[in-house]
Amino acid sequence: MLYNVLIDPFVQMGAAPDLFVQTIWEGLVAGVLYALIALGFVLIFKASGVFNFAQGMMVVFAALTLVGLHEKGVPAWIAVLLTLGVMAILAIAVERIVLRPLVNQPDIILFMATFGLTFIIIGLGEFIFGGEPKQMIATELGLPQGTMRFDILGGKVIIQKIDVAAAVIASLMIAALALFFQYTRIGRALRAVADSHKAALSVGISLNQIWAIVWFAAGIVALITGIMWGARSDVSFALQVIALKALPVLILGGFTSIPGAIVGGLIIGIGEKLAEFYWGPLVGGGIENWVAYVIALVFLMVRPQGLFGDKIIERI
Amino acid sequence: MLYRESGQFKKTYSADMQVFPLREDRVGIAIILFIAAVVIPLTGSNFFISTVMIPFLVFALAAMGLNIVTGYTGLISLGTGAFMGVGAYACYKLTTYFPGVPIVIWILASGIFSAAIGALFGLPSLRIKGFYLAVATLAAQFFLEWCFVRIPWLFNYNASGAIEVPTRWIAGVPVTGPTATPMTRYYVILGIVVLMTWVASNILHGRIGRSFMAVRDMDIAAELMGIRLLPTKLLAFAMSSFYCGVAGATMMFLWYGGGEASDAFNINQSFIILFMVIIGGLGSLIGCFFGAALLHIIPVMLKFGLPAIGIPLAGATAEHINHLLVGGLIILFLIVEPHGLARLWQITKQKLRTWPFPY
Repeated sequence: MLYNVLIDPFVQMGAAPDLFVQTIWEGLVAGVLYALIALGFVLIFKASGVFNFAQGMMVVFAALTLVGLHEKGVPAWIAVLLTLGVMAILAIAVERIVLRPLVNQPDIILFMATFGLTFIIIGLGEFIFGGEPKQMIATELGLPQGTMRFDILGGKVIIQKIDVAAAVIASLMIAALALFFQYTRIGRALRAVADSHKAALSVGISLNQIWAIVWFAAGIVALITGIMWGARSDVSFALQVIALKALPVLILGGFTSIPGAIVGGLIIGIGEKLAEFYWGPLVGGGIENWVAYVIALVFLMVRPQGLFGDKIIERI
Repeated sequence: MLYRESGQFKKTYSADMQVFPLREDRVGIAIILFIAAVVIPLTGSNFFISTVMIPFLVFALAAMGLNIVTGYTGLISLGTGAFMGVGAYACYKLTTYFPGVPIVIWILASGIFSAAIGALFGLPSLRIKGFYLAVATLAAQFFLEWCFVRIPWLFNYNASGAIEVPTRWIAGVPVTGPTATPMTRYYVILGIVVLMTWVASNILHGRIGRSFMAVRDMDIAAELMGIRLLPTKLLAFAMSSFYCGVAGATMMFLWYGGGEASDAFNINQSFIILFMVIIGGLGSLIGCFFGAALLHIIPVMLKFGLPAIGIPLAGATAEHINHLLVGGLIILFLIVEPHGLARLWQITKQKLRTWPFPY
């Protein structure tokens, strides 16, 4: 028994290094996508302190809008622009209708409001575009298709080109976000709000405007995540499950840290794929759903604020 | 005029401490109990009792459980659905091994198993707080959900992989299983809910409840005052899971009856119950009933009410509109009254008290 748990998986890893690399790669790809969803959460949490449960739904909604518009005969790239417009409208509407009246309420109330928002987005999306799964328009958007094979370590490693594209685009987007935060006027305002709402208000930064912008930024992240995830599987609200996967990533990386979201995403992605592949068969498989939480909990026991989160200071 | 406390003097401490110090409140509770125990069974159809009243009572019980840990102790838990599941499966195993014991006893006893599991998953609460804790409790949700599917011993190796509720009699009357009438099941569940509400109210008004609230309001201050955090938080988790477990057992045995609902204890259930608690009012027992009534009755009304008044709705469209409306209502309620329906009820009582000369 102990041998099966503690030693045998590592023997397997050593015996078939190509499989091991393949598993790591799968984990890496899943991790990038988790990290992207978590990134949307972090953006909103930093700027407004709202734990945005609807981020996962925003991903699906963005992807669904894009595909739905394309089905109506809109060319792919114009559909992307239109979807961005829809996300902007959504951001402004959320700020006006949900956040503004609820300002200064306890966190849990805002959290619940975003849960209500989740329901509305699901209802709206299915009402307009129908509930059946759709195919992402990957070729029309110029995303690469097919697979690459590498002969290394005495075996084959198969890599989907779309996964490589996803990783590259994700890195580019994160770099762009970092530059945006560092060097633009709005980016600085966003960082100021994240540091302290009151201080930001007192130097004349409009919180309402910042919130709308940050929700829109999360909407852009959602669209890109949606395209990437949709290209790997179908676009439907069943993707809800992946939204929940972003939660352990968040507690692992810390709610307020963008690097945390990325590192956390990669750790969770690789960890759960390895666990599923090497330890899953011991207990009958399907452990992917909760092993991520266990990994996160172990980290939390050591650092209650996550890997990169702000130190929690308690005052009386 | 109807609700006036003048002239009611309290002469003893115990009279001052009682849960319903006002005569009007006591009369009101008696009337509600009378309606629940006599009027509804006499006038309500079987359909009304089995689709509205029984689920309402089950959800109220579950909401009460969650309210103990979230509303009174301030620890957000998203594992309610799983703890309900533990209760249901525990009850199933118990009644399989000891079929002779009255099922009501096993329904109540199943809470103990749930409480043990709840306390175990409550352990991280000492170190982790706020949303971090909420996400950590999701670990319980997913792990237990996985157990329900993957451990065949839990569902007696049934081919369906779900709980198949057996028929159990109390005094010759079938209480569970396909032959039990909605009326019997309603009375059993009503008895359980009334008993457990009474117990909860007494515990929460006493020393234990006060230590819960002290932890909620500021845990460090509570610790300095001599409340030991770990036992208090674990007790809150255990008590909450006890209530959720009993709710889960009643849900499976007295509401669903059949085994068709193997995914009854998923994450959405946890969220819906959290909603009930928040819309009803955090830290209020009566709020649990308000929240359960509102959130259970809206979907039922949309499902059966709209076609009845001539608005035809196809199944799928109804589902979508239901989502839209429930989401919209949640946000609306949060904006109008973030402290929940229980606060509205208090405001109404205050208005009644000063009516017709408000100051």
